[in-house]
Amino acid sequence: MGIEEAAPSGFLLTTVEKIAGLSRKGSLWPVTFGLACCAIEMMATGAPRFDISRFGMEVFRASPRQADLMIVAGRVSQKMAPVVRQVYDQMAEPKWVLSMGVCASSGGMFNNYAIVQGVDHIVPVDIYLPGCPPRPEMLINAILELHEQIKNAPLGANRVEMAQAAEAAALAATPTHQQIGLLR
Amino acid sequence: MSDAYEPQIPERKGLAAVLAPVAGFGVTFSSLFKPVVTEQYPREPARVKPRYHGRHQLNRYPDGLEKCIGCELCAWACPADAIYVEGADNTPEAQFSPGERYGRVYQINYLRCIFCGLCIEACPTRALTMTNEFELAGPDREGLIYEKQDLLAPMGENMLAAPHPMVPGTDHHDYYRGEVTGVHPEQVEWVAEKRPDDPTLAQHRSTTQQGAAR
Repeated sequence: MGIEEAAPSGFLLTTVEKIAGLSRKGSLWPVTFGLACCAIEMMATGAPRFDISRFGMEVFRASPRQADLMIVAGRVSQKMAPVVRQVYDQMAEPKWVLSMGVCASSGGMFNNYAIVQGVDHIVPVDIYLPGCPPRPEMLINAILELHEQIKNAPLGANRVEMAQAAEAAALAATPTHQQIGLLR
Repeated sequence: MSDAYEPQIPERKGLAAVLAPVAGFGVTFSSLFKPVVTEQYPREPARVKPRYHGRHQLNRYPDGLEKCIGCELCAWACPADAIYVEGADNTPEAQFSPGERYGRVYQINYLRCIFCGLCIEACPTRALTMTNEFELAGPDREGLIYEKQDLLAPMGENMLAAPHPMVPGTDHHDYYRGEVTGVHPEQVEWVAEKRPDDPTLAQHRSTTQQGAAR
């Protein structure tokens, strides 16, 4: 991405990191990605009563190339899964995913073969938002939490380091099918 | 024969003709003087209805015993299988709720819960109710499985933390009917003997000592 890749990490880029974080959080453009009823609440969040443009996010981009945030709003069916992944792949870095509502987050009440049991099976999710559907305030709250994440996100070599650490942790974690829970 | 175009709308004249191109902005302009409808949510608290279905809460009786009896009816009622309950027996050494059983493990997966409130309807002791709290978003799936300690209601005034025995001479029916209204000195003594460091003990200790002095 330029100087941030070449320059030594640490002290040199700390202020740049802060500025980049602030500007990234201040103009986060979501991609239009409504899948079900949660999308109605997402649209309400964009409309004047809740007015997401107070946080610099008023434009829902219809083109993933110009978007930074994918709000997966609604249940993801198995048939929709490749489309979700493709839209995610088409978005330019840096990009974030907000899993809105219980269906997108874990399958929700649709525990069946037609629904992907959590969109994190397909794309990496940065923040999960419960609710069925979540009210617009809940979405705003989740977005503000994500803003905090983005503001403190590292840049350049630090970012690579963090990604590697996250991947190592994910590889070391117990797979879901080996988790036994509390049943004795 | 003339095929010339004849507009159906009569042409405006005078001042109306001058203002016609900007007449559409009339709506925009007039809305400048209307009150703002936008909710200032993060700066002002959200306006939720009093019976809004928010995060759950496990209630307590006035003496601090838990209301949950671990019957799993909430888990059975749940259409999304979001609740996991594991009951256990109350013993004289560890009495958490009035009666025989208490909920040893109580988990609600907020990434499954659809906030329908069927669990609240199913609860036979009114142990499970819903609060108006809705700020639940989190960065991982494990963190959104709320355990019993996350769901239990905070200790109210004059409550004594469980486990401790029931008020002497009462049974779980008396608790359910609301006939137990506070902590009994014998319960305070029991806790003072078993857990002298309990933070909820201090207030009761002073009152019982005063009572003894009188």
